[in-house]
Amino acid sequence: MTALSVRDLKVHFPAGKGKVVHAVDGVSFDIPEGTAFGLVGESGSGKTTAALACARLVEATAGEVRLGETDITTLAGDAMRRARRDIQVVFQDPYASLNPRERVGAIVRRPLDLMKVGTPAEREARVDELFATVGLRPDQKALFPHQFSGGQRQRIGIARALATHPKLIVCDEPVSALDVAIQAQILNLLARLKAEMGLSYLFISHDLAVVQHLCDRIAVMYLGQIVETGSRREIFTSPMHPYTMALISAVPSPETGLAGVERIRLQGDPPSPIAPPPGCRFAGRCTFATDHCSKVAPVLTATGGNHAVACHRAQDAEVAAARNALVQGAPSG
Amino acid sequence: MTLVEPSRARTAPPPPKAVSPGRQVWQMFRRNHSAMAGLFILLAIILISLVGPSLYTVNPREMVWMPLTPPGQSEYVLGTDYLGRDLLAGLINGGRVTITIGVFAAVLTVLIGVTVGAMAGFFGGRVDNLLMRVTEFFQVLPNLLFAMVVVMLFGPTLVNISVAIGIVSWTSTARLTRAEFLRIREMDYVKAERSIGAGNARLIWKVILPNAAPPLIVVAALSIGSAILFEAGLSFLGLSDPNAMSWGRMIGDNRPYILDSSWGVTFPGLAIFLTVLAISLVGDGLNDAINPKLRQRQ
Repeated sequence: MTALSVRDLKVHFPAGKGKVVHAVDGVSFDIPEGTAFGLVGESGSGKTTAALACARLVEATAGEVRLGETDITTLAGDAMRRARRDIQVVFQDPYASLNPRERVGAIVRRPLDLMKVGTPAEREARVDELFATVGLRPDQKALFPHQFSGGQRQRIGIARALATHPKLIVCDEPVSALDVAIQAQILNLLARLKAEMGLSYLFISHDLAVVQHLCDRIAVMYLGQIVETGSRREIFTSPMHPYTMALISAVPSPETGLAGVERIRLQGDPPSPIAPPPGCRFAGRCTFATDHCSKVAPVLTATGGNHAVACHRAQDAEVAAARNALVQGAPSG
Repeated sequence: MTLVEPSRARTAPPPPKAVSPGRQVWQMFRRNHSAMAGLFILLAIILISLVGPSLYTVNPREMVWMPLTPPGQSEYVLGTDYLGRDLLAGLINGGRVTITIGVFAAVLTVLIGVTVGAMAGFFGGRVDNLLMRVTEFFQVLPNLLFAMVVVMLFGPTLVNISVAIGIVSWTSTARLTRAEFLRIREMDYVKAERSIGAGNARLIWKVILPNAAPPLIVVAALSIGSAILFEAGLSFLGLSDPNAMSWGRMIGDNRPYILDSSWGVTFPGLAIFLTVLAISLVGDGLNDAINPKLRQRQ
């Protein structure tokens, strides 16, 4: 069963004077039930916008987002509200995602109240259960968000997301605002919940190390498009796209705290999403780019297994050599 | 810090105590001496206005002594006005009307301002554009003149005067509310509410408004003061309810005799001054208590 199926999702924003920001430009992926799907990319790659569109917190310009059998991009009113039970969001900044004027117990109970789940007493019991599940004490229910630390707040955010027994949780960089020590706690909590409840995650991050810890499948986004997708093992042991290689080379090794191999440093910035280049969007920063790359856009092509890459030169010897050099020293999935 | 005895330290910690945002504000406010002074003056004025008329029973409309008697020269300690009415009785009875108009006009100001600002800030786009043009229209009208026209057209009753003041003074509240809504509607907790199925009405009134409330409370408090001043201004120009005794009306009535009997305008003027000052102190205190960081930066 597929928990979430996204087909050719596009999210465009008007930028004034008739210009359009192509934040997400034709993204497709499937998340099988009970798995975690990591969407990685740098700032501005459109990963968060894609995730918010999946939870219908941003309206999609085109494409389909199927949650189970229903396409939620066209639902309205009560039907959408019912669908929201099945897809919940954990936000990036735990200091901004909890209403400062509400007691945390009420915050966690709110989804149940709004969706009229059970009796008030049952809701209260469920809140106690959720607090225990995420590692908080039920007697902390009456406190306000400002009385908690960042990690505790993120636990409250997770408890809120779990309240309605969702099938899929969109995690929008849930640990990037936390200390490293706390990051591990939250990631372990998410991993435990996934195993215990059979949850599926759409996990957004700019940090490959974080994704490596939790995700079964990974897609790398660059400027609104997926450039490579595959299982965790495929991505980490045989990255096909030069951009993925550059990202992996930047993951610090656990032993030294430094990059495990010589880092592939990218020059310059991504091009503007208002006027993306006609060919490969990465061509301007790619060391292997040819004239062909900057003229013709590569399409995402399967290379075996679940692995797919959008690069004209992925199979060329020059790129393969770089891949081998990288994989020798890199941490394996 | 006192040392905890080993035997006690081993027992379970007491359940944590909830500190609500409102309680924090009150704790900050209580430490602010000038704000507390303002609060006491204000409470005293309200108390006098409420119970004063039944303790000091002189009729403020009746001629009780020689006209224009200076203070301290009769049993009417603050003297009399040009009709021989007791000024002290006027002050005690006028407080009710003045404060009622101030509060009523401020409530109206906040109601209109918050509604317009909330709609503009939340929905944005065309709604925002339209509402902001309306707001600008009201901003460019000369306040006093517009209020005078309204009062003259509909008659100088208490309700009409309050409504006129409310209609001319809601614009800054609307702008402030809009700015707060623009800021807060992008917060993650608003997105989170939406993702758990909250509708627009809930987002506006139950989620964003409570978080936008702190600066609005300050503005609401201060607008009571400015409404009282506005009422005094209208009365000074002769636009007051002839059936209601207010401080502003006392000043307006005694205005022609200001050179012969300054006390006729001085005492009601002082009463207005004291009330507005107290309200300002409370408003500033609230502002500091609500935004403690703002104060540290100064």
